[in-house]
Amino acid sequence: MGMEIAFWILAALGVGSALAVVLNRDIFRAALFLVFCFFTIAGIYITIGADFLAGVQVLIYVGAISILIIFAIMLTRQTQRGSPSNRLPLPALVIGLAFLGAMVFIVLTTNWHVVTPLPEAGPTTGAIALELFDPESGFVLPFEIASVLLLAAAIGAIVLAREK
Amino acid sequence: MLDNYGYIGIFLIVAAVFAIALPLIPYILSLLGIVPRKPDQVKSSTYECGMDTVGSSWVQFNFRYYLFALLFVIFDVQVVFLYPWAVAIRQLGLFGIIEMLIFISILIVGFIYAWRKRTLEWK
Repeated sequence: MGMEIAFWILAALGVGSALAVVLNRDIFRAALFLVFCFFTIAGIYITIGADFLAGVQVLIYVGAISILIIFAIMLTRQTQRGSPSNRLPLPALVIGLAFLGAMVFIVLTTNWHVVTPLPEAGPTTGAIALELFDPESGFVLPFEIASVLLLAAAIGAIVLAREK
Repeated sequence: MLDNYGYIGIFLIVAAVFAIALPLIPYILSLLGIVPRKPDQVKSSTYECGMDTVGSSWVQFNFRYYLFALLFVIFDVQVVFLYPWAVAIRQLGLFGIIEMLIFISILIVGFIYAWRKRTLEWK
């Protein structure tokens, strides 16, 4: 019951802050609302018992991605006022509606595996680790390849951002 | 376990109520006439004491900060993998340690590259 109340409060805050991101004229405030939106999503993960995912959400999205977004705003010249995407309202509307339609279609037609009653919530980190790192689970190679992906991202960032 | 998150929820609610109540209290007191209201030019200026600011507060930051942010994101993602591995290290045994050593040594290449190219130095 408490979790349900928390879920609805977090969902309302998340949708409200997401709307604020889109409607705010000040791009820096929009970025701060986006960080708040990420944080409410972490709260929603906790209400459905995914505690590790909530921690990752805070670490990656609230911690790292938001820094990238805010740095990108601080590094650009005066773009504080006005929305830069104002020149193409009609294509944006068409693409946005198409994306919304696709999302609604997928959500409605997917056969969701609804589990009732809720599985007992406990720490999920150890179970995730055994699924990910155990040789029998078959995720060892994808895990190692993930490091190659991260390495490519690191070298790409250095090559692109280094002063000539 | 979820009860512990309940405490975080209570903490956040208390923080939100506190943040809303603090600006409201002086406002309500001034509406009731308890607090006198005598504004003058100095009181209602943005900086009551200290020097007046020069120019816009919107400055363009040094581009080098972005490189550090990008590298931080990459090593942040690495930590996400390290954390569950550290939780289950006893069950995983030697295989887990070798697995993580390969993972980290691949990522270290990126770090050495950044070091060799002198991108971490602040000139």
